[in-house]
Amino acid sequence: MKKNPTRREFVKASALLTGGLLAPSFLVPGAYAAPQNTLKLALIGCGGRGTGAVFQAFDTGHPIQLVAMADAFGDRLEGSYKPIFEKYGKDKVNVPQERRFVGFDAYKKAIAEADVVILASPPGFRPSHFEEAVRQGKQIFMEKPVATDAAGIRKVLAAAEEAKAKKLNVVVGLQRHYQNNYRESMKRIQDGALGDIVGGQVYWNDGGVWVKQRTPEQTEMEYQMRNWYYFNWLCGDHIVEQHVHNIDVANWAKNGYPVKAEGTGGRAVRTGKEHGEIFDHHILTFTYADGSVIHSECRHFPGAANRVDETFQGTKGKAYLSAGNHGLLTDWKGNVIYDHDRKNQPNPYQQEHDELWAALVKGEYKFADAENAAKSTMTAIMGRYATYSGKVMTWEESLNGQVDLFPDTLAWDALPKVLPKDDGYYPHAIPGKTKVI
Amino acid sequence: MYFHGDVVPADLMKRILGLLLLSLMSFQLNPAPVFEAYTQTLPGTSVSFDMIPIPAGSFWMGSSDPSFPDQQPRHQVHLDAFWMGPHEVTWDAFELFLDKQYEQTITEGGVPARVDALSRPSLPYLDMTFGMGKEGKPAVGMTQYGAIQFCHWLYLKTGIFYRLPTEAEWEYAARAGSEERFFFGKDPSSLGDYAWYAGNSQQTTQVVGTKKPNPWGLHDMYGNVTEWVIDQYAPDFYSKSPANNPLNRGTKLYPHCLRGGNFATAEASLGSSFREYSDPVWKRIDPQIPKSQWWFPEAPFVGMRLVRPLIPPSPEEIFAYYTQVPIIDY
Repeated sequence: MKKNPTRREFVKASALLTGGLLAPSFLVPGAYAAPQNTLKLALIGCGGRGTGAVFQAFDTGHPIQLVAMADAFGDRLEGSYKPIFEKYGKDKVNVPQERRFVGFDAYKKAIAEADVVILASPPGFRPSHFEEAVRQGKQIFMEKPVATDAAGIRKVLAAAEEAKAKKLNVVVGLQRHYQNNYRESMKRIQDGALGDIVGGQVYWNDGGVWVKQRTPEQTEMEYQMRNWYYFNWLCGDHIVEQHVHNIDVANWAKNGYPVKAEGTGGRAVRTGKEHGEIFDHHILTFTYADGSVIHSECRHFPGAANRVDETFQGTKGKAYLSAGNHGLLTDWKGNVIYDHDRKNQPNPYQQEHDELWAALVKGEYKFADAENAAKSTMTAIMGRYATYSGKVMTWEESLNGQVDLFPDTLAWDALPKVLPKDDGYYPHAIPGKTKVI
Repeated sequence: MYFHGDVVPADLMKRILGLLLLSLMSFQLNPAPVFEAYTQTLPGTSVSFDMIPIPAGSFWMGSSDPSFPDQQPRHQVHLDAFWMGPHEVTWDAFELFLDKQYEQTITEGGVPARVDALSRPSLPYLDMTFGMGKEGKPAVGMTQYGAIQFCHWLYLKTGIFYRLPTEAEWEYAARAGSEERFFFGKDPSSLGDYAWYAGNSQQTTQVVGTKKPNPWGLHDMYGNVTEWVIDQYAPDFYSKSPANNPLNRGTKLYPHCLRGGNFATAEASLGSSFREYSDPVWKRIDPQIPKSQWWFPEAPFVGMRLVRPLIPPSPEEIFAYYTQVPIIDY
């Protein structure tokens, strides 16, 4: 497998290649013209995370005006507009009714209004939203994961290439890449402080996330969209939606992507109708090109022990990393090589916007996160393919998988591909039987 | 108690009406209490916690150390009797509250509808144990609202009015009759016998009750987790505090008082009279807007301890205490 450059090398290289400056004008014919030197922002996907990302954009202090919003649901859009407007006011928030776009196609219209877009819809929509934003030549912040199946990943990888060609900045909310304990530890790992990384363990074990109950007036499409965490075309399963963070850290430490995945998973405790089709646990090994193996474990079991962190073993020492600002590297005698100071650390969710917007206001091209995000998302999808099928999955066959989870038609009265059985329960994968690619 | 804002959403109204009915019934699951130590079992589960009696009495609250102006003036306070948990609330009970489905799964004989109807915390996306473990360890990271709603849930499950301590009750209980800095005297050298703090905790919470208790039988009053009390924090409150059952009722979301210090607190900041307060920065890394009413993702050191007044307030007051609506936090 081809050795991939580190993000650091990559960013350095791309900044050198482009020499920095973008075309000075972001103007789109016919769109609302914001005051001079103000960057126009559109929010696509108005949930709590998208709203939070708009706050972080404004909190960079750069001249930004929110000019358009889009969501499939009008109530979600209004619920997001209200706190944004209350906090930042009319000078920064200029989203009259005619630029609040609702429905499945809303994203296209909102993207057209802006210079910069935040893409924060459920992950299943990311490939088409990202593709459209790149097609329209916008600067992009998008949330992770970036797809839910191989078809979506291929779309994102193609658009990532186009974004590079167009010199569009793309930052992805795999925020550990913008968190100092990870950056400092990875720098040392890649400089050889632990020797070769020969093994590791990455975890997201906790009690699970929210559930939205079905209401009588909802169509099947609306119900799945509201309760999106439990449907694979929208979420990708928790191994993709959540554990992608830790899997991405493994790829970062290994400086590459695994060649195969094998493992097991199922529905042990989260088995209700409202829990759709996703598993509640996946336990895997990912094998990399050099034969090293990373163990990956994610589960949503309330009452059981929690663990969300990453550990790695190298020929010279070991590492302990977590989102709680841990970054501890020790040699095999227990001597500390590096121990990150956990106090007064920047908020990584803010840091990713600080860095992106600093580049944008200077017209610089610095960020190309989409390719790594797509490949780390693909790693998690490959893991799901392995636990769902019970088979050993290779990178190549996974990436070329032809099973497309997305509905043929997006409309409130159209049917998603996975539907409840007569008893109200959804069919879920059966290892040994289910076809995933 | 505080009601923030004037708007009561319809679903909340429905809940309030339901609760009102419930409160008027004042369901007598428990006979008139005998004022002695007891073990509270959560019905249908093997989870229980202890409560010990703290007699009515008077004490000198605060300190005269000029380095700590918010602990002054030292003033006399009289308190009615109450029970207090000898231990901080642990995940064993708190997790049943935070995950309704989990509660239903492990409760034999089912969960009563009145309990089922209670709004629960948003399940935290982040690991709110922060890698520090659950069994026997204090529940951490909850907001004061979350702590009060845990009491509400206990009330619906047991019929007993549990609440947070007032700041005065907490200090009275911590002192256990001592007028020194610590309940064991002035000299901090034996602190490690009684407390998990920066000097011995390895920067993590520890199983409750593994250090010696104070003379009234309360464990971990110093260190382990900083404990919620009811009061709004005001540095000058002691200069105007009433003498009988004082309470500084909250009108703002921040700052509220907490007491006792935690596993990361240095010896210099521990003692019966030290006051701490909540900080919005504890929600800084919550990536969602509105920020969670329930969780402080950067406060792994905040926990809670229960109190039960010997004479419970009226059903109306209980209802008011449990239905305080927190200010929305952007």
